[in-house]
Amino acid sequence: MISAPDVVAFTREEELEDDLYREPPLPEEYSVPLFPFAGQGANPWAKVSGSKFTRDFILISEFSEQVGPQPLLTIPDDAKVSGTFDLNYFSLRIMSVDYQASFVGHPPGSAYPKLNFVEDSKVVLGDSKEGAFAYVHHLTLYDLEARGFVRPFCMAYISADEHKIMQQFQELSAEFSKASECLKTGNRKAFANELEQKLKDLDYTRTVLHNETEQQKKANDKGYYTTQAIEKANELASVEKSIIEHQDLLRQIRSYPYRKLKESEFHPYEPECALDRADASSDQDLTASDPAEPGETHLYTHMPSYTPKLIKAKSAKCFDKKLKTLKELCDVYFFTQTLDQLHHIERTFRGDVCYLLTEQISRALLKQQSVTNFLFEDVSFLDEKPPEKQYRGCQGLSQDAVDEKCSEESLAPKVVISLGSYKSSVECVPIKMEQEMEDSEEPKMSESVMSEHQENLDYLDADIKGSISSGESIEVLGTEKSGSGLTKSESQASLPVIPSPQAGRSKVGSRRTVSEDSIEVLSTCPSESLIPEDFKASYPSAINEEPYVDDDEGGLRFTPRLNPDVDDGQDDVSKQESLVQVDAACCIGKESPNFLEPLPELGQKLCEEDGVVRIPPQPYRPAEQGLRGGFPSHDGLSAGLLPYELDSRYLTGSREVSKSSLDECSDSTSYISSTASTCSDRTPSPAHLACAAGERHRKRAGQNALRFIRQYPFAHPAIYSLLSGRTLVVLGEDEAMVKKLVTALSIFVPNCGVYAKPVKHWVTSPLHLVDFQKWKLIGLQRTVSPAGVNVLHALSRYSRYLSILDADSKTLRCPLYKGTVVARLADHRTQIKRGSTYYMHVQSILTQLCSKAFLFTFCHHLHLPINEREPEESVVNRRINFLKLQLGLANEDIKIVQYLAELLKLHYIQEPGQGGNPLLRFDYVPSFLYKI
Amino acid sequence: MLRWLIGGGREPQGLAEKSSVQTIGEEQIQNPYTELLVLKGHQDIVRFLVQIDDFRFASAGDDGIIFLWNAQTGEKLCELHGHTHKITAIAPFSSSDVTEEKITDLIITASADRTVIVWDCSSGRQVQKVSCFHSTVKCLAVLQRLNVWLSGGSDLCVWNRKLDLLCKTNHLTDAGISALVELPKNCVAAAVGKELIIFRLSASYNGSEGWNVLEVKRLVDHQDNISSLVSVNDLTFVTGSHVGELIVWDALDWTKQASECNFWDSSVHPDVQPEIKLSQSPNETSVQHLTSDEECVFAAVGKGIYVYNLQMKRVIACQRTAHDSSVLHIEKLPNRQLISCSEDGSVRIWELREKQQLPAEPVPTGFFNMWGFGRANKQANQAAKKMLENTPMYFLELVGDLIGHSSAVQMFLYFGELGLATCSADHLIILWKDGERESSLRSLALFKKLAQNGDLQLKL
Repeated sequence: MISAPDVVAFTREEELEDDLYREPPLPEEYSVPLFPFAGQGANPWAKVSGSKFTRDFILISEFSEQVGPQPLLTIPDDAKVSGTFDLNYFSLRIMSVDYQASFVGHPPGSAYPKLNFVEDSKVVLGDSKEGAFAYVHHLTLYDLEARGFVRPFCMAYISADEHKIMQQFQELSAEFSKASECLKTGNRKAFANELEQKLKDLDYTRTVLHNETEQQKKANDKGYYTTQAIEKANELASVEKSIIEHQDLLRQIRSYPYRKLKESEFHPYEPECALDRADASSDQDLTASDPAEPGETHLYTHMPSYTPKLIKAKSAKCFDKKLKTLKELCDVYFFTQTLDQLHHIERTFRGDVCYLLTEQISRALLKQQSVTNFLFEDVSFLDEKPPEKQYRGCQGLSQDAVDEKCSEESLAPKVVISLGSYKSSVECVPIKMEQEMEDSEEPKMSESVMSEHQENLDYLDADIKGSISSGESIEVLGTEKSGSGLTKSESQASLPVIPSPQAGRSKVGSRRTVSEDSIEVLSTCPSESLIPEDFKASYPSAINEEPYVDDDEGGLRFTPRLNPDVDDGQDDVSKQESLVQVDAACCIGKESPNFLEPLPELGQKLCEEDGVVRIPPQPYRPAEQGLRGGFPSHDGLSAGLLPYELDSRYLTGSREVSKSSLDECSDSTSYISSTASTCSDRTPSPAHLACAAGERHRKRAGQNALRFIRQYPFAHPAIYSLLSGRTLVVLGEDEAMVKKLVTALSIFVPNCGVYAKPVKHWVTSPLHLVDFQKWKLIGLQRTVSPAGVNVLHALSRYSRYLSILDADSKTLRCPLYKGTVVARLADHRTQIKRGSTYYMHVQSILTQLCSKAFLFTFCHHLHLPINEREPEESVVNRRINFLKLQLGLANEDIKIVQYLAELLKLHYIQEPGQGGNPLLRFDYVPSFLYKI
Repeated sequence: MLRWLIGGGREPQGLAEKSSVQTIGEEQIQNPYTELLVLKGHQDIVRFLVQIDDFRFASAGDDGIIFLWNAQTGEKLCELHGHTHKITAIAPFSSSDVTEEKITDLIITASADRTVIVWDCSSGRQVQKVSCFHSTVKCLAVLQRLNVWLSGGSDLCVWNRKLDLLCKTNHLTDAGISALVELPKNCVAAAVGKELIIFRLSASYNGSEGWNVLEVKRLVDHQDNISSLVSVNDLTFVTGSHVGELIVWDALDWTKQASECNFWDSSVHPDVQPEIKLSQSPNETSVQHLTSDEECVFAAVGKGIYVYNLQMKRVIACQRTAHDSSVLHIEKLPNRQLISCSEDGSVRIWELREKQQLPAEPVPTGFFNMWGFGRANKQANQAAKKMLENTPMYFLELVGDLIGHSSAVQMFLYFGELGLATCSADHLIILWKDGERESSLRSLALFKKLAQNGDLQLKL
């Protein structure tokens, strides 16, 4: 970590252990009023003093259609955190700024209810009365029972520090987008399940009604319809209408564009779990496909999972029913995932904004020191999973992806189905719907491709028609196909293949034979007549008309944004924003211009034009391609300039996304938001989960180290031993004490490889030469038993490779140290009081050393002769001069840098595959005994 | 040091331990070996190291496996499995045959399972296996000149390159041949118990491929079993026995040129005082190993090292207790240095130095060194230097020791610049390297890799 002692003051507030600050207070006349809020004896950095809550928290609230805005939960789930803060009031506030047009229902000109895939909106909101500022992330979840099928929710990060929200806006947005994406993914699954069940219910109801009507018809020979019969017929019609509506909804939810997921490379669920789920849900799909088969009566027997219910003609009143909880809406797994993510967010953004910014800056800088990082930095914190890998893993395993593959690969069978009855559209939805999407969209998007494709379809259409005689045969095709789709997806062919007509025909041919067989079997089913002719007719027409696409284009308000010219779109957005803007006072900023990093000038322009944005969030954005210039300035815009060429690519990528998924982005900010989400996923997330644990460890290690350097006057030579690669053995009887010392000293141990530090906390057996190769810091047990004598014999035998710190008698036997670096590193009169601060101090000095070692290692002329005739001695002289004069190293400090340089060399040379032979370097130098 | 550890730091380090062995301490300016690599692979005692070419060596031991290593990188090149028992002898057989165009590096190994296997070092394959022996082959000798090799067990067999048995002697003794050395005029000296038998190889009259082996002479001058046999040059060879006899032989007429049999007897040498006579067990006087350069024979006798000058026909320098226990192997380096390894697990580097000394002065360096008064010794030397003296005397100065093995160091192999390989009963092989050189080699590799990766170009 790069950190200077002067940022020490800005460490996190919860680490301010009170006792350290309970020093005798200054007399009144000397004290300076530092901070207006410093009434309660708080330090000037405790900014929360003005607000009613003790620290930042996350609030999830819902705009309930029954009771209005209500808070659902807070993270951390602790009443103390929110304190006297009025959550209800604040929920109202944050829900009221949701300006996204989440209109759902029957849009004008549409026959069916339309789901909108609404992008989340992100808003910053301030409330001076409460002393609270919030990042508010609105999202909508689908609920079949809810009004318009949507339930608006919002997640808010509430802090007393306005700057924190503003400066961390992008990070917050990225993190909350992940959480939201997770919720929504779960919700889509749950919603689809719910729809399926509802469809089964409806189907069952229809069957029952149909039978009743038939019976009435039979019973009725008067020649005219009774009112009862008419009522029944109406009921039947309404059920049928509702079936179509629900099928349409299911299709819509299933057709959620996975391409988007692909782009944003976010997959909240773990692959293994996803695999399980995929299995489970594919099973589910299979079972789900069963009941819809014509022989419904016998099918109920082998469908234990869900029994359809008869649906009453009139649904329950909206206020009678109990709305689903968030957990029910999103599937427990995804809900817990989301909670984890939110807890992660809470942990990540805990503390002062200075600390967060410092952390981010140092993290960004560390990323650029890829050569030397392994020495002292905890590389695991820096390692972000390579995106491709993550993507591939999930892509291969998640059910969605599999479905998508199925759809992409088994084109021809799908065509068959989409031409067939509506039934298969229910059963084989995951496969088929996607195809329909493609069918319906592609003509609009890419005419050239589609024309060929269309021909193909026509061709197939003509070819198939004869063979399709009933829904049953299609049914078989559907299941058969889904099986084949699965096997294909196992082979992991990833490119969607548009089959040539020949291929398509041959496939169809083979299918036909299968279907014919199955017709024989299935045609015995008595319920054949149940398939209404009008459904068969109406459904394909629905596809051909593609009402929803048209609607969407009609309903899309910002068509100019689709222009390749970004500027126009941006202007439009900004205009739109000013129009939509609700409350200029509390709505501090909706969108950060920094989201549009690819065009910083534009961002600036936006910033000026848009009166809403008062303070553009300007955390340092790292240049991801390594160091490009000098030390990056903290100016947000100039920093933002660095990665622009990189991000513009993302922008074009995401533009394509928004282009191809016209129908999904219908709210005013969706375009920018989607851009932002793709961009911000690339930014380093400020901290990781592992960070918290590491943090605690660092703190403890720092404290122990501080104690060590205060207690032991010979701390310097001990630290020198570690830094110069001489194994230090901490010898003692008491395990706890030895381990403590080892922990303390471990922060000085340079890492040899990428993996764990070469530290062994506790050993009881005699040491061997091999151990010194592996470990540079060892805690060793001292026993009085004969075995213990062996241990000591080994120690004395290998004493030339070792420095020995005797924890019991407080002695140290090691080479002399006369340098200056360690003195700065471990000053026993240091004013630093806290472990984490000291840790930062150590890290900063070690980073200095690393950079020296880096220079030394990679200066060509220091190691190799300038010309062939140059003697070796002059190179050696040059090397020594460089170390002494250029790097300003004295005496033993040279050895430290040389050792680090040696590690750098080894690390650089080492082939990634092989571990490399561990080698032990040593010096023949006399050791001295130090006592307290 | 140990006392300090046990006693909890009462005794500060710095006082030399009261040991009869000379110690050097931790400051070893002349010791170039500042880096080591531990080569793991063997599962039992490693007894033999043999150099194959400039950068490869083979190791073999009681686990019956032969490993080939890269002496520069320490990389394990191959594992040769084939023997079921411990390996008793190993010999490289690099033959640049006229008939064959390419040079094949072969090694021959003999094992206690009564087999001999010829291995191809480049492919790691077993070329051929001979298992018709009545007893374990204890020694192997390659006569490059005649393009044959010999195996010595209870009898002596002569083989050609293709592993055809050319001829063999009668059964000699149950104990078998313990050492073989090539002599001029197609002769071979074999140590069989106390006797030294000279065989002569001659082409038989029957055919070109036929060979005969004839016993020419038996030399029975040794009082005890001959433990080491080494050829000095074309004119002389040396034998050593268990009771500390060293006999220099004429290689042409097999006559005794000189003998030294009282290494252990301090009274013979004026520079050893009788009162520090060490207890003499046969083990301590056994000549474990002999090596030589053109003028001197270096003998590892018991715990000590002796330098015998062939011209002067006397011991010119000695280190009576060079190690804590028996010295197992010694080697003369080109730079007047001598390396010895011992059962005590250490390897020591000695330098043969000339000193000006009064003949009358009764105290040699060895004495003081024995008692650990290294510093006093130096002063004595300086005092002695002031007195001009004509007779050059030599002494062995300890310039460095290598401590790494936890058990007896069986053998070592000096690779010049590449370093030193030592093998030990702790199943390990350690490659000792010059840290400075390695460091600059790594720098070289680093810049090579940089250039390869194209990282040297300035990125803007």
